[in-house]
Amino acid sequence: MNQHTELSGHAAIRRQVEASLRRRQVREKLFHWSGIAAVVIALTLVGIFFGTILKTGLPAFWQSTFVMDVHFDPEVVQIGPKPEPMPGESPAAYQQRFNQWQLDLGFVDFGQIIHKSIVKQLPEAAEHPDETLALVTSGELFALRDRVVADPGIIGQTVRLKLLADANVDVWLKGNIDRDLPDTQQQLSPLVRAWADQLQASGVIQNKFSTAIFMNPDSRSSLASAGLAGAFMGSLFMMIIVILLAMPIGVAAAIYLEEFAPKNRLTDLIEVNINNLAAVPSIVFGLLGAVVFIMWFNLPMSSSLVGGLVLTLMTLPTVIIATRAALKAVPPSIREAALGVGASKMQAITHHVLPLARPGILTAMIIGVAQALGETGPLLLIGMSAFVASIPATPFDQSTALPVQIYLWESNELRNFFEGRGSAAIIVLLGMMLALNAVAIWLRKRFETRW
Amino acid sequence: MMENNMAQATMGAKLDALPNKPGGGPAASGGIKLSSRDVRVFYGDNEALHGVSMDVMANEVVAFIGPSGCGKSTFLRCFNRMNDTVAGARVTGQITLDGRDIHDHAIDVVQLRAQVGMVFQKPNPFPKPIYENVAYGPRLHGLTSSKSELDQIVESSLRRAGLWEEVKDRLDAPGTGLSGGQQQRLCIARAIAVSPDVILMDEPCSALDPIATAKIEELIHELKENYTIIIVTHNMQQAARVSDRTAFFHLGDLIELGTTSQIFTTPKQQRTEDYVTGRYG
Repeated sequence: MNQHTELSGHAAIRRQVEASLRRRQVREKLFHWSGIAAVVIALTLVGIFFGTILKTGLPAFWQSTFVMDVHFDPEVVQIGPKPEPMPGESPAAYQQRFNQWQLDLGFVDFGQIIHKSIVKQLPEAAEHPDETLALVTSGELFALRDRVVADPGIIGQTVRLKLLADANVDVWLKGNIDRDLPDTQQQLSPLVRAWADQLQASGVIQNKFSTAIFMNPDSRSSLASAGLAGAFMGSLFMMIIVILLAMPIGVAAAIYLEEFAPKNRLTDLIEVNINNLAAVPSIVFGLLGAVVFIMWFNLPMSSSLVGGLVLTLMTLPTVIIATRAALKAVPPSIREAALGVGASKMQAITHHVLPLARPGILTAMIIGVAQALGETGPLLLIGMSAFVASIPATPFDQSTALPVQIYLWESNELRNFFEGRGSAAIIVLLGMMLALNAVAIWLRKRFETRW
Repeated sequence: MMENNMAQATMGAKLDALPNKPGGGPAASGGIKLSSRDVRVFYGDNEALHGVSMDVMANEVVAFIGPSGCGKSTFLRCFNRMNDTVAGARVTGQITLDGRDIHDHAIDVVQLRAQVGMVFQKPNPFPKPIYENVAYGPRLHGLTSSKSELDQIVESSLRRAGLWEEVKDRLDAPGTGLSGGQQQRLCIARAIAVSPDVILMDEPCSALDPIATAKIEELIHELKENYTIIIVTHNMQQAARVSDRTAFFHLGDLIELGTTSQIFTTPKQQRTEDYVTGRYG
């Protein structure tokens, strides 16, 4: 009797367990599927993101380009031979003659050369030099001049050249503007539009891969040849400065705080503040940089040096926190082992802890640099959003940065053209990030120690 | 507190008059290697060790036994000043090695640890080749001038640790790839590679199976010839098997110190008897 009730009690408990089991299984399934759903949503969004950027950005690498014979007519290019230093001549005197020659060259009407070349393909353009020149981006006039400077022997010859079409022509031919808009809202006159179509049909204007976006600095007069070389160099300089400064300072600070610092009020305060600094809006660092580096230290405004310093300040907390985590992850038994055989504290750290923490430190560094590379806010406040039409040769030169360049292009009034340019710049920026990450992964694989 | 006083009384706590015969009587020949007087350890405000005084003779094996948290490991770590590395830990009292105060400013802790080696509870080889594990200490202290000399030290250390035959063909393999028992013997080889006088062992077999444990115990017997060994253990059979003298700790006090056979057969203190007969702990 007693045994019977006990048995039925067991059965009841088993039923209860079964019921709760079903509930648990449902929950587990739910959890499982919501996880999968989250991953799918995230991947879809990333896919959409990359899709749109590639869709608008990739075509920008191909630009409408004139492919035609250009005759360097000696009657138009009326200048003497390029001066050579004469024996017995002082450098100053030679420089003066050279400058005069360059000045003469500056007065040469290269527009006429381009006009004549186009007229050969399009006879009815002969009467309209101004409209004809609207077809070609103005930067090509200077490109022709540079050709003559580089090789004066070209005068009198006919060369097959690729000249970038004007940005508006590119927009028109790529269909990035509504062709049905009334004339008042079109950027180009009806005549120029008709010629552009005609020249494209006859194969003079082709959609060619253009290196202009990679090789040139930004431009506002010749939009079609505006490039991001200046911004790229600026970003590169800043990246190097951040790596050179944030790496040693951040790692050393982390080692001190993690391994050597005594535990007291002061170090607690420092620790709290480092954590807080990591959460400070980046634009605040820009303000700090403007005051400290530009106003107090008189470093050149808009230079990638100041930009790099500001980004270093911004990156340091991230690097310190992540490096400390990496150091903390090294098992204390390794430290004890080293100390136990008589290594000094420093030897234990440099011989054993640091090598084991290296993958983590590298990751910390990459996170920091990637964050710095994509930063715009602080750079605006130290003048790096200025329009810079030259490629910086040193970190002291005025420059801008890739994300700032994207911002500048995306806010350009000729949206139809610069939307593509901006996306192309984003592709370059992402490429830079991916390269950086690839290097980091490679380094981590190299240094990883199996336990 | 009473027991504490008694323990001190048995051993003679006076610093200026080191007794010739420490508590329990020396079981091994040779002079006093290590001696502690009224050693107290504080973690912050918490006193973990309440004034321990004892002597360790040269070439003897002393076992520390006692329930968890009794302070035996803490006391062991005083001998090579490992407690220095613990934040907030403070050691008072006097410890001498060959008559010299190890807290003396003239003694560098690095020097001390080269003389007093340590083997830890969990095998902790460096994630480096076996060779590098053993060679690290000699290299650190500049004990060798040539590669062949270093090779010799590595080989003899591994031999004395009873590991040479097992690893001689794979000295380039990572030390972490060995089995637990082999790893622990590698750690012993690493410790003896710098020719210490004393080896401290903090529960060296707690993570090992009985066969590996037997090997380590055998090793301890052999090492006794050349080294003074202090071993902390939870395993009372082990203490009985390997040690000449045994010290029983309880709640931060040294309760009783005597020859191993005396501690296990005729303990003087009730608490020692309770512990060794398994009534608690």
